[in-house]
Formats: sequence, structure tokens, C-alpha cells
Amino acid sequence: MEKHKIIELKGICKSYGGEKVLSDISLDIYDNEFVTMLGPSGCGKTTTLRIIAGFEHPDKGSVYFDGKDITALPPYQRHVNTVFQKYALFPHLNVYENIAFGLRVAKRPEEEIREQVKEMLRLVNLSSFEKRHVTTLSGGQQQRVAIARALINKPRVLLLDEPLGALDLKLRKDMQQELKNIRKQTGITFIYVTHDQEEALSLSDRVIVMNAGEIQQVGAPIDIYNEPVNAYVADFIGESNILDGVMLEDYKVRLAGHTFDCVDKGFEANEPVDVVIRPEDVDVVAPEKGMLTGLVTQVTFMGVHYEIIVEIDHFKWMIQTTDYVAPDSRIGIYIEPDAFHVMKKSEYSDLFGDYSSYSFEHELLSENVDEEALEE
Amino acid sequence: MKKVFSKVYLGLIFLFLYAPLIVMVLISFNSGDSTTQIEGFSLKWYREIFRDHGTLQAFRNTLVLSVLAAVLATVIGTLAAVGIHKMRSKRLRSAVMTVTNIPMMNPDIVTGISLMLLFVFAARMLNLETTLSFYTLLIAHITFCLPYVILNVLPKLRQMDKNLPEAAQDLGCTPLQSFFKVELPFIMPSVWTAMIMAFTLSFDDFVISNFTSGSSYETLTIHIYSMIKKSVKPNIYSLSTIVFFAVLVLLIVYNFTDSADDRRERAIERANLRRERRLRKERGELVEE
Ligand SMILES: Nc1ncnc2c1ncn2[C@@H]1O[C@H](COP(=O)(O)OP(=O)(O)O)[C@@H](O)[C@H]1O
Ligand SMILES: [Mg+2]
Repeated sequence: MEKHKIIELKGICKSYGGEKVLSDISLDIYDNEFVTMLGPSGCGKTTTLRIIAGFEHPDKGSVYFDGKDITALPPYQRHVNTVFQKYALFPHLNVYENIAFGLRVAKRPEEEIREQVKEMLRLVNLSSFEKRHVTTLSGGQQQRVAIARALINKPRVLLLDEPLGALDLKLRKDMQQELKNIRKQTGITFIYVTHDQEEALSLSDRVIVMNAGEIQQVGAPIDIYNEPVNAYVADFIGESNILDGVMLEDYKVRLAGHTFDCVDKGFEANEPVDVVIRPEDVDVVAPEKGMLTGLVTQVTFMGVHYEIIVEIDHFKWMIQTTDYVAPDSRIGIYIEPDAFHVMKKSEYSDLFGDYSSYSFEHELLSENVDEEALEE
Repeated sequence: MKKVFSKVYLGLIFLFLYAPLIVMVLISFNSGDSTTQIEGFSLKWYREIFRDHGTLQAFRNTLVLSVLAAVLATVIGTLAAVGIHKMRSKRLRSAVMTVTNIPMMNPDIVTGISLMLLFVFAARMLNLETTLSFYTLLIAHITFCLPYVILNVLPKLRQMDKNLPEAAQDLGCTPLQSFFKVELPFIMPSVWTAMIMAFTLSFDDFVISNFTSGSSYETLTIHIYSMIKKSVKPNIYSLSTIVFFAVLVLLIVYNFTDSADDRRERAIERANLRRERRLRKERGELVEE
């Protein structure tokens, strides 16, 4: 069955004051799917969402809805609704009136409004809160009101901009489940924005990985994890060892001074490549049985597994194993052929020395610095 | 020693600030005709005021003028604040704000005379017979109330999450509907405060009214001034006492409606304006005014 294309972005470009924020974004979104836009902060996720909602106009390119060009349509004429990052609830209205807002604007009969609001309150588990003032609600409750308010107009597409960003971890997990349920019950297409890769992988049918105003990869979570197209995606999604290698011939890759069998082909002979090996795909064996040997420099107990750092040929590998390994011991490693992910060199090659894991803390730190600089 | 000194200093300040008011209130209850010797307590001067047609007419005039000026200044000022808030260019915005603030910094007498000259000029241009009237007075009052209204409403607009009007439009409002359904309710508290402020300013203004009212429309303050020119009797004191307490009540109401948050915002606003002007001066873009 051919899936119905509900939103289509074609060649969207957007700049602010000469600074390119989105360059040539093209994207198809289908009916009844949960799509996540994933990328570090500042990569243009919110801007893309605002262009779909109609709050921003692209400098170039078009937005299609149900096959019709809606690029010039104002927000109030689009069949999409938004859940804002900071909720943006109307502070002068109570929970009931906030949710009823869309129907009141549409001048629906009072009876229908009451029925619909009640149904929405049930959907987001806030039935006893209708008289409450929104400023007296907790973050999680405000979030639910925002979702109910956006859903009551029965939009074809719901846009959610980091809706769980301000909630603590426990609440976030609960809300993720609820969002999934709500989507199943309503059958509305969700376009979800987050910088949290775990959230993206666990929630979505499809993930769009973005960086610096460009789409890096689009695909099912499992494909993005297993077959990253370049070093950037490999680094951003999960943890990975990214090494320089050479593709000797089909099914033969050479790295760390050793030639391995792999399952990749279609490269030129002796083409330099990036090779990604996930930490959980590396087996620890006795030194004499290993394909490579190295010195364990660090061991961290993570609960389910140990995370060990092994130095092999001046490159620090991260390996996850369930067996204990002593620090400062020599070990061998064994890697199955299908654990090598060979990628063409890209602009992101060589950015990632040693093992790498995308660090959200780093991003926060650098953001803080920016803000301080701005305040000056 | 230092402590004693600062206490004396404080005492002197209070003395100079409040002594005239206390004397005014005391003498307003004097039973005699003198404004220097208190002979006994009576309400006769108050009674006289409430029997005097001239005074009552002036009071009615002032009420009509102040209510109209406050309402109109609030409507125009709020719209202006919304416009300024929506301006994208920072330079244009600060330029408009500076222009708005000038009448506030000006001495009343300068504002009064320049408005009067403008009205005279305009009347000549249009060949009107009467130059100064109720309408020129009203225009003058709206003019000097406007900056206060704008400065009251603008910080509240800044406090508003910019996603709020967007959320309204997202849910189907046109920009105009969004203004009335979401933005206006949000800024309404500071709109009320602005209106009380404008009413107070208009109610107790003398200098600007004196220059722009002509002879046909007498306000309370102008009436008091004309009474002084005739003869100084305690009835002036009792009328002034009434005006004083009316303004005092208004100020108290204003302070109740004006939240601490808004006051802080306004202080920041003014500090920003000053800093911007200083920076521009340093860059040599602004010649000393
Ligand atoms: N209204 C704006 N004016 C100027 N720059 C903007 C504006 N909105 C966003 N930007 C810039 O565009 C870039 C992308 O922003 P955004 O889409 O919010 O990123 P994300 O949501 O992925 O964090 C950022 O560098 C941001 O500073
Ligand atoms: Mg964002």
C-alpha cells in the first residue's frame, strides 16, 4: 500500500541576518507516523518546525500539505497544531478554557465544546483539574494541558518542540509512554523535535538526524543506529569507536594495522574510509586469541555491563562487556565481520579522535559560555 | 555622632516635606478668617466650598477632562506600546522611545508653552476664531500622559512569552483576534495602572492646563490659582486639602495595582535607555542635547 504523503518540504532555505540556518531541507512526512527531528541545539530544528507551522517564511523552497502548496498560508489557516517548548499556556484562562480555546475561536456550540474538552482531559489524565488555574500546575501537568489544547482542533499533524525538555528524568519516561499512547489513540501524525538521541530512538517510527541546518540521515531508528551514513551520525547516535581505515577490496578492510573481513563492498580499491564499531559489538578474549591486543586503561561498572577503555595502537577503544576485566591487564579483542560499519570519508571525518560519545554536557557548557558572552 | 546627624537630617527633610501640608490641613479647619491664626475647629470653609458654584463647576470640569484624557491616553498609549513592541529594528525602537520620553523629561512650563504656541499656530493656519478651548486642553493632557502610559504598558508586553500570540494563531485566531483574546488580557493589569496614573497626572496638573485652556474652561487647579489672586482665605486651604487627599488615594490605588515585578521591569527599561544613549554618545552618534 502506498503511504499517503501529508507534509512535504522542498528545498527549504532560511537565513537570519546573513547567517544560514537551514540550507536546502527536503523532507517527506507520511500520514500516521511518528517522526523525530534529532540534532544538537542550534541546528535548526525549531526553525524547521516553525516553517511547517507558518510562523516563519522560508527564503527559498516550499511547504506542501496534502499535495497543496501552503507556503504562503498564515498559521491560522493550516491544519497543524503546535505544542510549544515552554508550553505557552494562556495565563488568564483556567485549564478548561485553555483547552477549549481552539473550539471557541471556531465558534462551536457550547455542548460540543464541553464534550470535547472532557474527552481531551481524559486523554491526558487531567479530568479533575478543569477548574484549576494553569499557573498553579506542575511542569508535567502544564505539558499535558498544552498537548490537549493542541489536539482539540483535531489537526492532521501535531508539532512538538522538545516537549519534555523541562521535565525531570522520571517524568520524562512516563510522558514518553503517554505520548506514544496518545498518538496511537488519535492516529495523528507527530513531528517531534528533540536533542536527546535515546528519546528519538525509543519513540519514533522514523528519525531525521540534523546538523548545522542540513539533514544528515533519515531512517528507522534501528537503521540509523546500525548503518550510520557518516561519522557525525555514528557519533551522535549512541557510542562508537570511529577509526580511519582503508578498504583494500570488497569485504576486506584494513585498520589498526590488521586486515579484517567485513560485509561491506562497493568501494574503490584502497579507498580511505571511516569505520565505526559499536562498543557492544567488540568481544573480549584472551590475548593470544585476539585479532588485536591492547592494554586496559580504565574500567567502569555501569550496572548491566562494564565499560572498559583499551588502548590499541595509540587509539583508545571503548568496549562494553559483561565480564570483569582487571585494569592494566592485556586483553585481546574479537570482532565479527558484520560489526564493521564502513562509511565514505565526509566532512566529519577525523573530528572524532579515540572513542566518542556525544556529550550533552559539553553542549550545555558551551551554550552557557555563549550566553555569558552575550550578556556582556 | 554620625547616627545623630543622619537622624537630624532625616527629621529636617520630613519637616520641609510635610510641614506645609500639615499647616494646610490644619488651617482648612479654622473657624476664623485668618490663615495665620487658628481660632477653633469648624467645617465652615468646606461647607462654603460645596456651596460655591464656581468651585463645583471647576470640579466637574476637571473630572470630565481627566476621565476623557485618561481613557484616550490609555487607548492611544497602549496601541503605541504594542506597535513599539512589534518593531523589529532595535535602532528605530530606541529612537521612538527617546522621542516618547522627551515630554516626560521636559519641565511642564516648556511643554505648556510649546503646546500653546502650536495651538495658536494651528488655529491661524485653519482660520479658527477661538484658539484655546476644552479641546486644546484635552489634547495637551493626552500628550503629557502618553509617555507614562507607554512606559507602563511596554514592560508588561516584554514579559509576555512571545509564543503566546503564536499559540493563539496556531489555534485559529487571526492576528487581531489574538490581540483581543490573548495579548490584551495579559497586559490588562498594567493598562489599568496606566489609566490611574494618567488620571492622576491630568487631575493635578496646573502649569500645562494654565497655558492651554483659554478662559472658557476652568479646571480645579486653575480655579484655586484664581482664588489666590482675589483673596487668601482658608477656603483655598480646604479645597487644596480635598485635592491633596484625592490624589493621595489615587496614588495608593496605583501602588496596589502596580506590582513590584512591573516596577522592576520599568526600572530596567529606563536603565537600558540611559545606557543606550550613553553608548551612542560615546560613539559620537549623538551630540549632547
Ligand atoms: N528569530 C531569529 N533571529 C535570529 N536568529 C535566529 C532566530 N531564530 C533562530 N535563530 C538562529 O538559528 C539557529 C537555529 O535555531 P533553532 O532552529 O532554534 O535551533 P534548534 O531548535 O535546533 O536548537 C540558531 O543559531 C539560532 O540562533
Ligand atoms: Mg529549539
